[in-house]
Amino acid sequence: MSETPKDAAVTIPAQSAGARLTKDAAPGETLLKVTGLQKHFPIRKGLLQRQVGAVRAVDGIDFEVKSGETLGVVGESGCGKSTMGRLITRLLEPTAGQVEFEGKDITHLGVGGMRPLRRDVQMIFQDPYSSLNPRHTIGTIIGAPFKLQNVTPEGGVKKEVQRLLSVVGLNPEHYNRYPHEFSGGQRQRIGIARALALNPKLVVADEPVSALDVSIQAQVVNLLDDLQQELGLTYVIIAHDLSVVRHVSDRIAVMYLGKIVELADRESLYKAPMHPYTKALMSAVPIPDPRRRNAKSERILLKGDVPSPISPPSGCRFHTRCWKATQICTTVEPPLVELKPGQQVACHHPENFEDQAPQDTVLLTAAKEAAALVADEVLAESAETSAAVAAEVETASAEAEAETDAETASAEAEAETDAEAATDAETASTEGETPSKEK
Amino acid sequence: MTELSKSGAAVGEPTGTSPAPSSFLEVRDLKVHFPTDDGLVKSVDGLSFKLEKGKTLGIVGESGSGKSVTSLGIMGLHTAGQYGKRKAQISGEIWLDGTELLSADPDEVRKLRGRQMSMIFQDPLSALHPYYTIGQQIVEAYRTHHDVDKKAAKRRAVEMLERVGIPQPDKRVDSYPHEFSGGMRQRAMIAMSLVNNPELLIADEPTTALDVTVQAQILDLIRDLQKEFGSAVVVITHDLGVVAELADDILVMYGGRCVERGPAEKVFYEPRHPYTWGLLGSMPRLDREQQDRLIPVKGSPPSLINVPSGCAFNPRCPYADIPKDDLTRTVRPELTEVGSQHWAACHMSQEQRERIWTEEIAPKL
Repeated sequence: MSETPKDAAVTIPAQSAGARLTKDAAPGETLLKVTGLQKHFPIRKGLLQRQVGAVRAVDGIDFEVKSGETLGVVGESGCGKSTMGRLITRLLEPTAGQVEFEGKDITHLGVGGMRPLRRDVQMIFQDPYSSLNPRHTIGTIIGAPFKLQNVTPEGGVKKEVQRLLSVVGLNPEHYNRYPHEFSGGQRQRIGIARALALNPKLVVADEPVSALDVSIQAQVVNLLDDLQQELGLTYVIIAHDLSVVRHVSDRIAVMYLGKIVELADRESLYKAPMHPYTKALMSAVPIPDPRRRNAKSERILLKGDVPSPISPPSGCRFHTRCWKATQICTTVEPPLVELKPGQQVACHHPENFEDQAPQDTVLLTAAKEAAALVADEVLAESAETSAAVAAEVETASAEAEAETDAETASAEAEAETDAEAATDAETASTEGETPSKEK
Repeated sequence: MTELSKSGAAVGEPTGTSPAPSSFLEVRDLKVHFPTDDGLVKSVDGLSFKLEKGKTLGIVGESGSGKSVTSLGIMGLHTAGQYGKRKAQISGEIWLDGTELLSADPDEVRKLRGRQMSMIFQDPLSALHPYYTIGQQIVEAYRTHHDVDKKAAKRRAVEMLERVGIPQPDKRVDSYPHEFSGGMRQRAMIAMSLVNNPELLIADEPTTALDVTVQAQILDLIRDLQKEFGSAVVVITHDLGVVAELADDILVMYGGRCVERGPAEKVFYEPRHPYTWGLLGSMPRLDREQQDRLIPVKGSPPSLINVPSGCAFNPRCPYADIPKDDLTRTVRPELTEVGSQHWAACHMSQEQRERIWTEEIAPKL
């Protein structure tokens, strides 16, 4: 932040292009950088309130957000996506790790230290009913950021608030109304207007449309789209709805139990997901097409529920529900690595790609049960594609030693399609020790 | 206020002189109105449909379109006067397997409720009693309708829990609702509602509170159980994906009325009401190429106290000016048959709608 607060006070309300040029990071530059971010909520018990454990809501995540792009974050409830949103807006204090905004470390800034940054980082909340103070008029609500930051916009607060109201598609004359006089969709627009008041660079939206009706959802999604194009905003959009996330995001992070399991650009993620969890998650979305109802073969049913984040499974956190899990998954945590350009995956046995641990071919007993829920077509197809990709990679590198790898890869693929056949003997010997290690 | 004074009479008034229908469930001209300080809320205003055994009807609509009120109406849960002194005003006919429910004795209906018809609620945490174990609650539901001892009822509870896929059912039967995860609670609710082998199952937003992976499990479970028990199922949801998965027939509600009703295929592929087009257009879809923009329905759902005159959808309808003589704003359109077993309530002529759908709407979806 090279600007003094006074300078900023002048530039913020002025929406002219010239004023904004000095303020914005160039598109494509890294705006937000997160490294090893953790948030553990302590569990205290007993008279002395001793800490007996911790909910590991966010447990070491790394990502970057570039200026002008939209990062979508998806995951099931309890995977830590909302906590992550609150950490990067610094509404929560991280346990460990680092958050950098425009190259500046903001991880442990206090309330006062964060204040200048609050102009640049704003949040849109999920519930438009509880995030607006019912005793304030919407004029007061949207004008509050100016008051808090001691900013007097050009032409006065009222004029600026009315301009913001018209930007988000509300009637500027409704300045003096109270939140209860508006419908859910309109309230969400008020929340958006408030977030935009100080012309922020980064907007973190936590489930911005999930409380809204379908027809209203589309209005708000389009509004977010338009505002990004007009104002050059950068978004981090947190949502559980995969179709909404695909619609709004440029890049998508999939979270599972406090970790990012896959981070990729939209096209690659939806066309060729690599992490088994991503694949299962996408296949579970009901398709609004009655003709595909009986195409059950495409669906991957996951076993049971998400494990508790208090004691997450060892190794890969997904191994308890994964149909591809082997011994290595229970012991070694897969790192998030870039397997394809623009596609980072944390998996030992990725889909649509060369196996990362080809030596480990024996499925866990739990994985066998899980695989029973997955249609044979899906298994066969995934084995085929990973073998094909593996072969492709091999020919591209065209090395002598690569050939042996390809053999193992395809042999492994066969083993996957009928896990029982070749490896039965081996399984029998290892099965005895597998469950005990799991525990 | 004249309507208010009529309210007592409207409840349970024997309106049906028409003969019992052949369908398993038939709702005729159902109206559910709530008197409030601000005026009469017409939550359901003339709804009719039929449902056969072994079939699934999906009721879709936005919040406040009257979907849940309809389901509570069928279950007979409105008449208890739980809205203070003012009772809900219900009229019309609900025929379940030859019995008219609205004019029937409340005790009769109570005997049917839970046995012949039962319901899965949206939020399993608030629908289950926190003080009793899952097992006790299922046992209660079973013993209300069956004269068996506690042991036999408990065996039945364990059997049902096992059927809905709860691991270690003999142990979990003694757990409390808070010890279950969201998906397991919903399974327990399903077990409870199916314990008496009901012939009609109403599922009100059964998966809205659940994650997609769990939703997929529950949808599969409902489908399998329906096959097994051959019940008639009414699924109420705002998610078109869920109805496409489950429903044979779809009923689209708007402002307390049915605007389109027909077989699932027809409603998805040849919808004949602008509101249905709006719903299909506002939904981002995973099975299609990325759309540039969604096509939202402008405005917001109507107030049920002041439902717009004429077609309730007219203030939001982009085609409201096509019918002549301001028809959309003055005359309420009735459901007309637009195909076999397919009805829609719109003033535009069939040809106009067909043309708009095929030329303007369908290519953009």
